[in-house]
Amino acid sequence: MTVFLQTLVAGVLIGGIYSLIGIGMTLIMGVMGIINLAHGQLMMVAMYITLVLFNVLHFDPYISLFVAMPCLFLLGVLIQKFLLNPLMKIESILPENQVLMTVGIGMVLTEIIRFIFSSDYKSVKTPYSSSAFFIGDISFSLPMCIAFGVALIFTGLLFWFLLKTDIGRSIRATAQDKDAATLMGVNTGRITVITFGLGSALVAAAGSLLLPIFYLFPDVGGPFTLKAFVITILGGLGSTVGAIVGGVVLGIAESLGATYIGMGYKEMVGFVIFVLVLVFLPGGLKRLTKI
Amino acid sequence: MKSKNITLIILGIFFLLFPFIIKSEYYQHLVIIALMWVVIGSSWNLLAGYTGQVSFGHAIFFGVGAYTAGIFVTKLEISAWWGMLFGGFAAMLIALFVGWVCFRLRGPYFALATLAGSEIIRLVATNWESLTDGMVGILIIQSFRSKLPYYYIVLGLAAACIYAIHLLMKSKWGYYFVSIREDQDAAESLGINTTLYKNISLLISAFFAGSAGAFYMNYMAFIDPHVVFSLHYISIMAILVGIVGGVATIMGPAVGAFVMVGVQETFRSAFFGVAPRWISEAHALVFGLLVIFVIMFMANGIVGDWGKIKRVLLGTRPSA
Repeated sequence: MTVFLQTLVAGVLIGGIYSLIGIGMTLIMGVMGIINLAHGQLMMVAMYITLVLFNVLHFDPYISLFVAMPCLFLLGVLIQKFLLNPLMKIESILPENQVLMTVGIGMVLTEIIRFIFSSDYKSVKTPYSSSAFFIGDISFSLPMCIAFGVALIFTGLLFWFLLKTDIGRSIRATAQDKDAATLMGVNTGRITVITFGLGSALVAAAGSLLLPIFYLFPDVGGPFTLKAFVITILGGLGSTVGAIVGGVVLGIAESLGATYIGMGYKEMVGFVIFVLVLVFLPGGLKRLTKI
Repeated sequence: MKSKNITLIILGIFFLLFPFIIKSEYYQHLVIIALMWVVIGSSWNLLAGYTGQVSFGHAIFFGVGAYTAGIFVTKLEISAWWGMLFGGFAAMLIALFVGWVCFRLRGPYFALATLAGSEIIRLVATNWESLTDGMVGILIIQSFRSKLPYYYIVLGLAAACIYAIHLLMKSKWGYYFVSIREDQDAAESLGINTTLYKNISLLISAFFAGSAGAFYMNYMAFIDPHVVFSLHYISIMAILVGIVGGVATIMGPAVGAFVMVGVQETFRSAFFGVAPRWISEAHALVFGLLVIFVIMFMANGIVGDWGKIKRVLLGTRPSA
């Protein structure tokens, strides 16, 4: 029983971070209708920014978060403005050009980072990296709890932003119906740029939060891109609430899989869920919650 | 029409005589690899270019074909060459399942579902050690020491693949495929069973990719999950071959295969040893940049945008 509860707790905590990654992806997905396959790679860039700040200026990763987020926001804006938006105008037979473009961007980011930092595994050792507290027999890793808390705060802020601000409303309008939004005077081109920046900033936050508990190498992004994608499918395309639930579900499923089936299959659990969702619940959790 | 036939005959004679003109094993190896990519690229093009179902997971079929050939040797102790046929069938079997799951999705989601599929199968191949030997991989003994037999086998496969797709696209099925790409709902309302024809396209595509995989096993004599189920080096490369050459053209993937293998080898060998070593470390970077460049400026590939490229090279203005 203790093992089960422990697994559950670990799953929920990591699930919080997964949610943050998934929300960024689902946001971009909702507004532009494309899956951003450079999502994990953007997170990887944020992690390296945090690492450099830690090594050179001895910034705490949680402080670097406030540097990494604007940096990634800017990177996201540039990518959307100069690489993805121009594609809308290009006539081509295949509509998946933008998705393929994000694959290319992801590869370029990975290779540039590999060029600068080499392929070595790196990690940040903070005093609290391995500290934990206990409730009953269950241990709660401190950095995981902080990460979970911060992820919740960011999710709350995002909701406030989407529901209460002008730009947030424009984003939701664009996601619902792009043409109608344009007719209502929303500058949809600008909204896509902001959205991509926002999604990148959110995944940057996830990266900085992950750094104290995870290791880092240039190829770390790929698996996270796939996780984010699984979360988006699980939660329902473009659904923010779905992404949060999906992230937690994935976290729990992965840690259950790692404990009861075997570490080698941990990564596969997500994909099995993915296939099951597609077969039995196409449309994802959005179908059940309707939001 | 006549001049096209003559070009084809000259090309055919050139490829038949190639190993006698160029004796260097290194260049023969490159052409063998390029011809293998012609098969994979053409099979991708059938599904993505003509039918409009962009697959990000062609490594699934390639890898399954390769593993079928490998397992024939390690477990059944029969020749890996049987894989050339049965690898294709095994890939079709997997394709049935892939189609069943993934054709529930359209457009980009289909693409990503195939990507997830290739990750699943890579993990299965890594973890199912009793069948695949996991990360150790499969090592067999090559049947021939000379490159000549391999060259003619893959040349035959490539020619058969291109010719089959050419015939297919002139048949009724070919028109169904294109109509699905252009407008799935319209095709459906005209009475075309779109799911059925998408699956047919996928099966044929999988068969050729699987055969190419089995050839790879025979030729390279070593595979492991990270090589044959690789996202970047198989699935993305297949897409690049298609896009660089030109989607939805018969000869596009063939041109693309030679260009891409050329580019890859040039950078991997640091311009054949002329440029400094660090260039070879950047070959994956060049790959990524190439993806971006091609999508931005040559969305229809070398064959598709040939008129545009000629204009730029010759510096003439477009005739209105």
